[in-house]
Amino acid sequence: MENHTIKSVQEGIKKGDFSAEEIFAHYATKIGLENKKLNAYLSVFGFGQLSARSGSAFGGEIELPKVAESLWGVPCAIKDNMLVNGTIATAGSKILENYVSAYDATVIAKLRKSGVQFLGKTNLDEFAMGSSTENSAFGPTKNPHDLERVPGGSSGGSAAAVAADLCVFALGSDTGGSIRQPASLCGVVGLKPTYGRVSRHGLIALASSLDQIGPFTKNVYDAALVMNAISGQDKFDSTTMPVPVPDFTKDLNKPIKGLRIGIPKEYFGQGLSSEVRQRVEEGISKLEKLGCHLVEISLPHSEYALATYYIILPCEASSNLARLDGIRYGHSAKHAKTLSDVYLESRAEGFGPEPKRRIMLGTFALSSGYYDAYYLKAQKVRALIKKDFDNAFNLSAGGVDLIVGPTAPTTAFKIGEKSSDPLAMYLSDIYTVPANLAGLPSISIPCGNGAESNLPVGFQIIGNSFDEATILRAAHQLESSLI
Amino acid sequence: MLTEKEIKHVAQLARIKITEKEEEKFKKELSAILDYINKLGEVNTENVDPLYQVTGLVNSMRSDDYRRDFVIDEDLNKKLIDQAPDKEEGFIKVKSVLNK
Repeated sequence: MENHTIKSVQEGIKKGDFSAEEIFAHYATKIGLENKKLNAYLSVFGFGQLSARSGSAFGGEIELPKVAESLWGVPCAIKDNMLVNGTIATAGSKILENYVSAYDATVIAKLRKSGVQFLGKTNLDEFAMGSSTENSAFGPTKNPHDLERVPGGSSGGSAAAVAADLCVFALGSDTGGSIRQPASLCGVVGLKPTYGRVSRHGLIALASSLDQIGPFTKNVYDAALVMNAISGQDKFDSTTMPVPVPDFTKDLNKPIKGLRIGIPKEYFGQGLSSEVRQRVEEGISKLEKLGCHLVEISLPHSEYALATYYIILPCEASSNLARLDGIRYGHSAKHAKTLSDVYLESRAEGFGPEPKRRIMLGTFALSSGYYDAYYLKAQKVRALIKKDFDNAFNLSAGGVDLIVGPTAPTTAFKIGEKSSDPLAMYLSDIYTVPANLAGLPSISIPCGNGAESNLPVGFQIIGNSFDEATILRAAHQLESSLI
Repeated sequence: MLTEKEIKHVAQLARIKITEKEEEKFKKELSAILDYINKLGEVNTENVDPLYQVTGLVNSMRSDDYRRDFVIDEDLNKKLIDQAPDKEEGFIKVKSVLNK
């Protein structure tokens, strides 16, 4: 029983090779043996502990899932910033070390309904702030390909769990690349859906105009299956859009001949390592061989995306994290004497360095006299970044169906290599941040190992709004041609 | 470069108590990040409307009735109040807001 996909679990259960309980036990044992060295999981659950009916705050009639459904009995892992009723959700922070969720996130309720089994919660950079999972208050996660290297982040625990076959699939969240970048560094598939496609109700918010939940899987077909289960409008998240959810597996094999593929010159400039460039260029030639038309395009405001992001994100995060005040939940300073000291000391003791840095940056940028220069300016540049993409995807004006490029500028770096220089760390997200600012769906799939490092390289495919289907279709066929 | 006074002011606004060592560290780090961010000054944004969010949705409404799909019972109430570090008889206790 090695390296299962959703499809192989489904077939194994149907054929009677193993029961749902047996496959769960197989993974639970494996986690017990291997998690010590990887630190991918922060907590684990028992079989059936979170079955379809138990513990859900969603009352009414829950239909029990059927064995025939594609996710029934499939063991999965959840990033520890999503709420699972009755269990701890730490967000990788000491401030929420003992926080018990009082309800299910919508994605969790949906997965329960589809019959999955939850193995446990995975490690992350504190409040999803980071690109290496080194910012977790519970220690770094290691990259399964090289234990001295980072798995990427912030969803590093989920990426490592999938890469090491400590689960069949996992959920992560992506605010500026936190699904795609670790997927790239760990050699697995990671999809960030369109902003508004998947409900964020029950996701501990980082930057509300950017956050989106998505799957980590071992292949593109599995990503499509998970998307089928978690997508759709939700009345608990007013930013979810009333657009129909297709069966994402339906067109995976429809030929991609004739698709117009944009190659933005800005994604192949300075800072891109030569081994990543080589593998990505090979992937692009594969797409050409499959009959796609390659089109050189320009996204002229790309170089400003990261600076824009590092204003918008801290501003929204400083506001979202204001709720952690030591009063209603979370860590509270024991010896604080006044109300003001409860706030000041609880936050000083509970937050690690990166949240402190970003909260202060956001507070500064939103403070009186600086709002126009920073926050307003960034939202205007964001409009220009979005417009670049709108122009690129305008098919009637010679535009393209998809945009491709590298996911991350390098392969996995060493633990500690960038942790003393926040700005160097931020540059890991230079190619992933634009899709968040523009709200676009984007996937990272493995495209071989780098020639120098022999570590996984990720190939990124960005699509137009709510066109995950075309991304998945191209990714699926590129994946088949790369094997 | 941010001044020490500015760092202290921001930390106070953010309600985070910082040590002198942190003050020095954040001064350097935040100044470096702000230097990088200042490159946005190069972009001409005259007559550009800010884009605060991408969905275009405005005022998402719902009918004002009981959400039957989310049961709010005594149990949920207890679970939420139980999270508070200081509580009494179903209420959250806080230190006095006004000085005596």
